[in-house]
Amino acid sequence: MMGSENNYLQESSREQMETLILNEDDGINEDVSTSNSYSNYRSAMTTLSSSSSSSEHPLLTPPSIATTTAVSDPLLFPSHDSLPESPSYADVIISPLEDSPTISFSDGAGGSGEIHEKLGVSPRSQLEGSEYLRITVSDPKKEVESSNSIVPGGNSYVTYLITTNTNIQEYGGLDFRVRRRFRDVVTLADHMSEGYRGYFVPLRPDKSVMESQVMQKQEFVEQRRVALEKYLRRLAMHPVIKKSDELKEFLTVEGRMPLSARTDGVSMVLDGVVRLPKQLLGESRSVIDSQGVVEPAKGRRRDLLRLFKELRQTVVHDWGGSRSPVEEEDKEFLEKKEKLHELERQLTNASKQAESLVKAQQDIGETMGEMGLAFIKLTKFENEQAILNTQRVRAGVMKNVATAAVKASRLYRALNAQTVKHLDTLHDYMGLILAVHSAFSDRSSALLRVQTLASELSSLHSRAAKHETASSKTFGGDNSSNHKLEKLKEAIRVAEEAKSCSIRDYERIKENNRSEIKRLDSERQADFVNMLKGFVINQVAYTERIGNEWAKVVEDTSRYAKENV
Amino acid sequence: MNALQRSGSDSMAQSPRSPSSQAPYITVSVTDPAKMGNGVQAYISYKVITKTNFPEYQGPEKIVIRRYSDFVWLRDRLFEKYKGIFIPPLPEKSTVEKFRFSAEFIEMRRQALDVFVNRIASHHELQQSEDLRTFLLADEQTMERSRSQETGIFKKKPTDLMQIFKDVQSKVSDVVLGKEKPVEESNPEYEKQKNYIFQLEDHLAEAQKHAYRLVKRHRELGQSLSDFGKAVKLLGSCEGNSLGKAFSELGAKSEMLSIKLQREAHHLLMNFEEPLKDYVRAVQSIKATIAERANAFRHHCELGETIKFKEIDLNKLRLTRSEKLAEAEREYEQLKADGEESKRKFETIVKLMNEEIARFQEQKTIDMGVAFHEFAKGQALLAKSIAEAWRSLLPKLEACSSS
Repeated sequence: MMGSENNYLQESSREQMETLILNEDDGINEDVSTSNSYSNYRSAMTTLSSSSSSSEHPLLTPPSIATTTAVSDPLLFPSHDSLPESPSYADVIISPLEDSPTISFSDGAGGSGEIHEKLGVSPRSQLEGSEYLRITVSDPKKEVESSNSIVPGGNSYVTYLITTNTNIQEYGGLDFRVRRRFRDVVTLADHMSEGYRGYFVPLRPDKSVMESQVMQKQEFVEQRRVALEKYLRRLAMHPVIKKSDELKEFLTVEGRMPLSARTDGVSMVLDGVVRLPKQLLGESRSVIDSQGVVEPAKGRRRDLLRLFKELRQTVVHDWGGSRSPVEEEDKEFLEKKEKLHELERQLTNASKQAESLVKAQQDIGETMGEMGLAFIKLTKFENEQAILNTQRVRAGVMKNVATAAVKASRLYRALNAQTVKHLDTLHDYMGLILAVHSAFSDRSSALLRVQTLASELSSLHSRAAKHETASSKTFGGDNSSNHKLEKLKEAIRVAEEAKSCSIRDYERIKENNRSEIKRLDSERQADFVNMLKGFVINQVAYTERIGNEWAKVVEDTSRYAKENV
Repeated sequence: MNALQRSGSDSMAQSPRSPSSQAPYITVSVTDPAKMGNGVQAYISYKVITKTNFPEYQGPEKIVIRRYSDFVWLRDRLFEKYKGIFIPPLPEKSTVEKFRFSAEFIEMRRQALDVFVNRIASHHELQQSEDLRTFLLADEQTMERSRSQETGIFKKKPTDLMQIFKDVQSKVSDVVLGKEKPVEESNPEYEKQKNYIFQLEDHLAEAQKHAYRLVKRHRELGQSLSDFGKAVKLLGSCEGNSLGKAFSELGAKSEMLSIKLQREAHHLLMNFEEPLKDYVRAVQSIKATIAERANAFRHHCELGETIKFKEIDLNKLRLTRSEKLAEAEREYEQLKADGEESKRKFETIVKLMNEEIARFQEQKTIDMGVAFHEFAKGQALLAKSIAEAWRSLLPKLEACSSS
């Protein structure tokens, strides 16, 4: 995506740039962790958001726009010389900082929460009422699986420290710390997707295919840490999921993971219909006798067949719905679906262009820096070798230009780091759309189930009817045939219950879809406005500063203006 | 025009522009590039307009048509005749781009050729050159004839020059190969200057390389802003009302800024990168002069050797009272005269070079000062206008979030 080009700066010149002692306030050594390899946009983003709280600080002299995390820190208030004078900007910058809480922002949409706050863009999370659930993922540690390892040294895996701070009553406490591994998160995610069908459940981070080989790499672990944090925070942001028991257990129960692994896809689907979680029903454990559907040997086989048929039909999502036999009659729903499809298309396109914008910004900053360095070297050279005074004069001018170029380069880099954060909203929403896909397919699965159960029921009925007609012809009745009829009637009863259960399920999911769509629409408005504002304010702030640097040089070289020469 | 040619007949008060009272001037402009010919043989011709009051030019204004190879001819002739003087550099031949004939390429070349001729015209020695007059006045056929004559005897092909460079630089390899160590001046100051020139070229070339890349980066940023703007607009069409409008305006701004960036890229190319490239070329031209000086020195030394041997021979002949003595004596005198001549030539080169270096350094300070000023100006304006453009969106975005 971002191309596999190598670092633009050679190692030596990058070091040079970073140890460069320039005039005035510079002489700052930059933290190399804001590395230049944007070969993978995602890794770039995770690197940046992880370093946001520490390494960008030295990059910027005051004002430290979006660097430190403590809001009440007076250093945060931009100093005068670089704060643009325009009143609207000043208002936007200063005011929201006054009513923000003092704790660092680790909730909401990840890193963007910080930035938005400082730039006067209040993240949605601040407005979401008083219940909060703040999660941090940190301190990755390698651990070894000691039990049942045939091979000495065993399996090693990484655990992460998950700290939670909350005021949700059901948690029965304020702060929690647990250690979890990635596998536990997968389990949690499976529970989520099962228990919250119809909701836009955030998707968990990907498993890595080469997990064991990649495991050792610090970068991978860091990437994963960030991804996990983002994922858990997204769960915590969801108005319904944040109240989930499974999530609570995941976050609070120390020691072994309290949730059971769900590795069997088939059983998942089975359980899904058969053991409806109480959240969906809104009541305690269901009345349905799960055994009723599963028990009879024939019944079981029938179920499995039905299952496979359904699974096959639902495996391919496609927005067009041309291959799906499921009829969705809800016009409003179809309209929304189409709109969301369009949104997805445009988001994909916009995110692609955003990536190339970020790359272009990065490139121009780098080249500017490299050029500045080259001029610095030339300046040194001229000064060392100068025989005539005119050489020193020229070297002096050149140095000013070079210094400005290096400063501009740093400003571009900082600008870009922020741009990435703001435009990250696009990626967030793309991820969300995947969750929407999933929720919509929950719906069509549920509808499919209703229909298949209905057709089964009607076939059972017709079989029963046939049986009755047949046995009524046989005088006196047949024990075995009566027994069969009894069994059929029993099956019908169970099937009817299953059908009405599935209808309730379907209705529930429809309702979830509907409320989620509404939530998505309104939250999206707010998030997009914030994104645009953040992006724009960021651009204004940095390009103004860049302009100021160059304006100084224009002054210094004014004697060379064409009119004067 | 005729009024100006009347010399002295009018009183000075009446015609202050009469030649006798006016300081001598000559300015040249290279303009109106036009594509001539077809296919492989296509070339660009330029109009060269000379405005001068030099008596030899017989007229205040002259116009001729010239092509790139005519400029090359002029440069080569001057290089031959004015050893020691740094001949102004020419833009590169660039055979590949020539076929594309992009407007930008043509404009850059035209500008460089213009600067080239004017530098010659403003150099106190070079401006007296007869070859310059030929270049500025002769009709095209005469010009072509002169040009083709060059390929015979006098024209130094680039490969010859390269050989001279190699001679200057490869003393070590000569020793390794067993060749005699070439004779060189043992002048520490001059050594220092030579080193300076060689290293300067490296530094400048690197800076120029980055400057060129910077131009490209501006273009790329412009392109991505344009694409981004379009995408944002489309995204906005998914949203309603005020948010949709905000997206659409942002997209429009982005597209507008893209244009500004393309303009700045061009400005950078013409007013910053090109002067840097010109600086590099100038240094390369100095290297050619350095090679000429080395040649002259070597020639002088060789003659010196030859004279010594001749002297020995002569003495032998004197002792034996050979009838070859007279001739030998004539030859000896000739050689001594040549020796004087070569010494004079060498010393002229040395003297000229010293003057030229000082002039060069002064000139470059000004040239680079101008280039840096233009660069900074362009960047400052660009940054400010970007900031303004984005800032203008803020009120609308504020309105969005409050609604």
